[in-house]
Amino acid sequence: MNVMNQWNQKGGSRQHGSRGWLFGLLVGAAFLCIGGIRGELAVIWQKAVMICMECIGIG
Amino acid sequence: MKRIRTAVQIIFTIFTNGYAYGFLRGKIYQGNLKYACVPGLNCYSCPGAVGSCPLGALQALLNRRGFQVPFAMLGFFFLFGSLFGRFICGWLCPFGLVQDLLHKIPLSRKRKRLPFHHILKYGKYVVLICLVGAGSLFLFGGFAKVPAFCKYLCPSGTLFGALPLLASNEALRDQAGGLFSWKLGILIVLLILSVKVYRPFCQYLCPLGAIYGWFNRFSLVQVHWEKERCISCGACQRACPVDLAPEEISRSAECIRCGKCAAACPEGCLHFSKKPGPNPDTKPDLKPEKRT
Repeated sequence: MNVMNQWNQKGGSRQHGSRGWLFGLLVGAAFLCIGGIRGELAVIWQKAVMICMECIGIG
Repeated sequence: MKRIRTAVQIIFTIFTNGYAYGFLRGKIYQGNLKYACVPGLNCYSCPGAVGSCPLGALQALLNRRGFQVPFAMLGFFFLFGSLFGRFICGWLCPFGLVQDLLHKIPLSRKRKRLPFHHILKYGKYVVLICLVGAGSLFLFGGFAKVPAFCKYLCPSGTLFGALPLLASNEALRDQAGGLFSWKLGILIVLLILSVKVYRPFCQYLCPLGAIYGWFNRFSLVQVHWEKERCISCGACQRACPVDLAPEEISRSAECIRCGKCAAACPEGCLHFSKKPGPNPDTKPDLKPEKRT
């Protein structure tokens, strides 16, 4: 928490604020592509198309 | 603003849970749209759900054998978090909508926060680390890892998944036991609490809110506060459902971007913007300025 406060006091969040979202967006797109290539979206789909017994409190 | 937000919440909930056939037959949608996640907490076992739940998907990736970095979900959170932050909680989450609607019931004296809020607000980080993270990695049911958050806590799964499925599917109804009762109990407590306290699940337990909250400080959608024009009347803090002061609103992980502060400000110095607010460590003058 102290580290975050120091970061804010130095104006860190202000500096990153204007462009931070763009950086996050690019990181997100890159990670999503990596995940897609590694077949993670298929893992998600396989889980999502079956009734999740844990989610509904049976499994 | 209030009506627009409620309309957006309702439309988005219907849009992402529009598979009506599932409700009628007690089945779930199995099409290709489920390769993608919806941004809010929306159980993928809801008969109407046309997308995947981001927390369920994250746990599904963590439940794989060994430990593999869940790149797809990290990417998803960075993508949506960087654009919207907790705007998603305020405007696009179906379970948030349910709590909002319950809080409108004029039954008891309303509270913005629970007692010991300053401690309890960290509960969502505990849930994220212990149930979503460690729980999904190390908790086994038989030989398989279990999605601990979905299994033991998620009220969205009980409300949108379990209840409609159990109502329309007799085979599932016969299997419901102690675990279902536990989850139903959690759901009932949270729903009753929502009538009195504003969004108790979002404020204290939701790991998705904990994730998106971190992005609030630099997300594209911001609530910008013009400090110079502020007359320190306190109208924004009174209107804020989570009781944030204007200097905290922009970057606080608790702000769900509901826009009530902006609507309440008599000077119009709070508004949605791409521009980040001032540093939260700078406090406004407590004395109101003299107006000519």
